[in-house]
Amino acid sequence: MSAVIETKSTYDVAAVRRDFPILARDVRGKRLVYLDNAATTQKPRQVIDRLVRYYSEENSNVHRGVHYLSELATLEYENARAYIRRFLNARDEKEIVFTRGTTESINLVAQTWGRANVREGDEILISAIEHHSNIVPWQMLCAEKQASLRIIPVFDNGELDLDAYERMLNPRVKLVAVGHASNALGTINPLRRIIGAAHANGSLVLVDGAQGVPHLTVDLQALDCDFYAFSGHKVYGPTGIGVLYGKQELLEAMPPWQGGGDMILSVSFEKTTYNALPYKFEAGTPNIAGAIGLAAALQYVASIGLDAIAAYEHELLVYAAARLQEIEGLRLIGTARGKAAVISFVLEGVHPHDIGTVLDQEGIAVRTGHHCAQPLMMRFNVPATGRASFGLYNTREEADALVAGLHKVIEVFR
Amino acid sequence: MSDLRELYQQVILDHNKNPRNFHAMPDASRTVDGYNPLCGDHYTIFLRLDGETIREVSFTGSGCAISKASASVMSSTVKGKSKEEAGQLFDTFHRLVTGDASGLSAAELGRLAAFSGVSEFPARVKCATLAWHTLRSALEGTEEKVSTE
Ligand SMILES: Cc1ncc(COP(=O)(O)O)c(C=O)c1O
Repeated sequence: MSAVIETKSTYDVAAVRRDFPILARDVRGKRLVYLDNAATTQKPRQVIDRLVRYYSEENSNVHRGVHYLSELATLEYENARAYIRRFLNARDEKEIVFTRGTTESINLVAQTWGRANVREGDEILISAIEHHSNIVPWQMLCAEKQASLRIIPVFDNGELDLDAYERMLNPRVKLVAVGHASNALGTINPLRRIIGAAHANGSLVLVDGAQGVPHLTVDLQALDCDFYAFSGHKVYGPTGIGVLYGKQELLEAMPPWQGGGDMILSVSFEKTTYNALPYKFEAGTPNIAGAIGLAAALQYVASIGLDAIAAYEHELLVYAAARLQEIEGLRLIGTARGKAAVISFVLEGVHPHDIGTVLDQEGIAVRTGHHCAQPLMMRFNVPATGRASFGLYNTREEADALVAGLHKVIEVFR
Repeated sequence: MSDLRELYQQVILDHNKNPRNFHAMPDASRTVDGYNPLCGDHYTIFLRLDGETIREVSFTGSGCAISKASASVMSSTVKGKSKEEAGQLFDTFHRLVTGDASGLSAAELGRLAAFSGVSEFPARVKCATLAWHTLRSALEGTEEKVSTE
């Protein structure tokens, strides 16, 4: 075992764990070891309590009533938006649009900005390591517009080939859509360089931040991307809520997406006037509790500190990767220099699905499969992988439990 | 470990490691792909029919131990059987892995009995039945591609 890695004593993981009620439960008679954080994270009491308080004391519809509760719910909903703007350092609250999550945010951009701006012969660049939700909306758009979808290649270690990327840029490229961090490999993409090159070429950039916000500090003004999408549930918040950030001038110029209440100023059968940002893109009663819960989740993350979380998770990643590599026949898929705390692996002679079942009997939750990134699996020539993804509450003991579980797998199959 | 040993019985581990009839069949009368998009399991089943009788069965592809062993056991079980008998075997197998084995005798089950542990693992039923679903559509000659999702 590596004695090289020193524990930082400042990060009180035991205290963090006490905030997450579910971590105290047993699964199949064993203490839960939850290592599926890239799929969704567990929720701290601060978020759960906030949801309970909203529904117990504040619930009402927003933007429509003059009564007390409606004003209160509206205030809390808008406070949530204001907090999220600050958390991400966006310039204006108008740039924060609530959606159902990353998938909906990306589809919104493809359906509105994309349909209005992408024409026959144009190109959209995505990378070889994208999640299906940052592939399929662009395929649909390109099919409709007879535009072409081109793929930034990836090296064997899981890093994007940025020289190839820069050579692919040309005047027909309207948009570059890339992930902040890969859910399947953990690779953190060098966004500064990607965005800088795209902008120099006159192309816009959308960042799929589903795995960015949970692990990395996001400063949208410094990043200067044009769109940024993420999901609440991957950053310790509720499901069914997410954000689309877009630069104001872009959002202003985009046609609305869904029609309905809240997104209009006035409706007559002859003419409808659309509401201002961000409401233009928030048709219908929104996920009010979700937005408030998401802000509570980000407040929770901020209370621990993203730098502290990133440092702690990085230590865990290094420790876990080293221990896993001690296992004979285990191969890591994705060894980029910059990585979020996601470890994909294959074990010689054992299919990942069988690994998942054996680990589950030990109370260990990992993901096995293609991780919604089938083109990536093909690129690395594996049908599927096992994936352990860590969050701010995971421990070295849990990494050890994973290693012990994998030895059990080997015992069953060899 | 006991549930795991029930699931991964020796027969399954053996067929996973050394699958029977694991090859392509260039002169097959029917070839059908079976796919489980959830886990990426993917098999091609080859059949040589002689009227109503299944003369030869083989398969290629990859997937978890349960799906591969099931394809292997299936291929050796239905060889030489009539289409109707193969259909009945699938029904028997399906009842077994979904926990409805009451009234099934050991004689009826034969080698299929190795899959009795699957019923305790609902998430794995699809793995166990993938090859059988694929066989059925090959016999019916309806589809070229089968998906268990
Ligand atoms: C990188 C990445 N992009 C997009 C998504 C889709 O997020 P959601 O399902 O919350 O819309 C995920 C989550 O699976 C992801 O990890």
